[in-house]
Amino acid sequence: MAIDQASVKKIASLSRIAISDEEAAAMEQELNTIIGWVNQLTEVDVTGVEPMTAVIPNELRLRDDVVNDDPLTGGNRRDDILANAPEPQHGFFGVPKVIE
Amino acid sequence: MTELTNLTVAELRDGHRNGDFSAVEVAEAFNANIAAASKLNAFISETPELALAAAKQADADRSAGTLKPLSGVPMGMKDLFATKGVQTSAASKMLEGFVPPYESTVSQKLWDAGAGLLGKLNLDQFAMGSSNETSYFGNVISPWRREGSDAGITPGGSSGGSGAAVAARLCPAATGTDTGGSIRQPAAFNGIAGIKPTYGRCSRWGVVAFASSLDQAGPMARSVKDCAILLENMAGFDPKDATSLNLPVPNWEAALSSDLKGKRVGIPKEYRVEGLDPAIDALWEQGMAMLQDAGAELVNISLPHTKYALAAYYIIAPAEASSNLARYDGVRYGLRDLPDGAGLQDMYAATRAAGFGPEVKRRIMIGTYVLSAGFYDAYFTQAQKVRTLIAQDFAKAFEQCDLILTPTTPSSAFALGEMQADPLEMYLNDALAVPASLAGLPAMAVPAALDQKGLPLSLQIIGKAFDEQAVLNAGLALEQRLGFHAQPAKWW
Repeated sequence: MAIDQASVKKIASLSRIAISDEEAAAMEQELNTIIGWVNQLTEVDVTGVEPMTAVIPNELRLRDDVVNDDPLTGGNRRDDILANAPEPQHGFFGVPKVIE
Repeated sequence: MTELTNLTVAELRDGHRNGDFSAVEVAEAFNANIAAASKLNAFISETPELALAAAKQADADRSAGTLKPLSGVPMGMKDLFATKGVQTSAASKMLEGFVPPYESTVSQKLWDAGAGLLGKLNLDQFAMGSSNETSYFGNVISPWRREGSDAGITPGGSSGGSGAAVAARLCPAATGTDTGGSIRQPAAFNGIAGIKPTYGRCSRWGVVAFASSLDQAGPMARSVKDCAILLENMAGFDPKDATSLNLPVPNWEAALSSDLKGKRVGIPKEYRVEGLDPAIDALWEQGMAMLQDAGAELVNISLPHTKYALAAYYIIAPAEASSNLARYDGVRYGLRDLPDGAGLQDMYAATRAAGFGPEVKRRIMIGTYVLSAGFYDAYFTQAQKVRTLIAQDFAKAFEQCDLILTPTTPSSAFALGEMQADPLEMYLNDALAVPASLAGLPAMAVPAALDQKGLPLSLQIIGKAFDEQAVLNAGLALEQRLGFHAQPAKWW
């Protein structure tokens, strides 16, 4: 199924990427080419095949339920976490007003 | 004495250990080469002072008798690994100026082993690309040129800075990451060696995420032995990575052997793809004879779903990328673009429009599309099923053989700009590298020969999961017989 410009804009909006009409037109063509090409996968018979979940068999581990077990990833790192924030305010991430 | 910058990692380590030269001399030699190579644009940031500090420590450790495995060896890090206090940009505008407050597990292991940081290497933006042309900081130019031509050649991608810097003797080794060929293809284009280990061998913690079920770090260097040495110091279990393999790290270097007696090497007919350069086909035949000469037996095998690997990859990788890159929202780190009077949603959209390049946007949007309601099963689930079939192909083949020999890329490096018009054309470059990525298998690029244009060609060895040793051993057997010592003539 071909992707039209309205769909491109919908996808861009779901992706939270602002897009101009011109960009949407260019993207429409590119996405259709790529999606048209990946459509070749429909010819593969996948009857009874399970979708891949883990490429190398591995056990999903649980960590011990200990607060600050690893000082690197534990708590009390506010200043480190805010160090790269574009707009830190009073020890928080600053964002535009979301509630009127 | 040979110029210090021409020595391999093993030679630098051993020479330093024996007192032939100081680590400071080595670091200064590489720092000087880097300072004189800005035309290649291989580095995004240079850290000569860190290389020097590690070298001083290495010299002090030598005096104190406390040498470490990589004492005296400086190296480059792909700018996808978080390095504490040093900008980690993923070659994007989004992360320009991002200075991590922590160190990635892989880089920490290398520093703990005594290595020093020469600088952060350029790459395709967020590791998405095969030519280095998607970097926000401008593309790397390969040190290689076609004979009789000044045209800029691509160093490959995404680890193009790593490949170019090692080939140009700006660093003896570098880290790379491989999602769908991003270590092997640039290694091939630059005439150097590179190995992607089994998925889970190297921790992903602190590596800017692209497609988490595929991303795997590995070394790029000028010899198979150097790759073994470095991989030993990069791999290992890490509780901070949920898919890290809880396995001991073998002594790959100590167990290196080019005697392949008893090994069966599979030759997959499906890798004789359309557009395969006849020179590469001939080289492949030569490689087969060399492995036989090393004692291996050849077996014809079939990997019937090979031709679907690339299409499956271009659904799975963008799907994972669209999810991983959702974190770049202009709130917690990185760029923020806040148009006048904009609300939160507009800020997200403006930030992401300004911070991501066209290829990154394209992949996020493809990923979003294939994961969206109504299309999820048709695309994403189907691709994951095809991925299962590709992994099963390998599992069946490995009942008949221990290793697989193929070319690394279908052609030698192309010129910069040559593939810009059509994203699909570019993607086809990874056709021979992607299947091993989808199956999580260890795979290595071994530099093999120069083609008629004077550009490097490469052979790929794919092994069973966890069997990096067999891959390295076959790599060594090829390396000894190929005798590839070409290096780019300096023009920069």
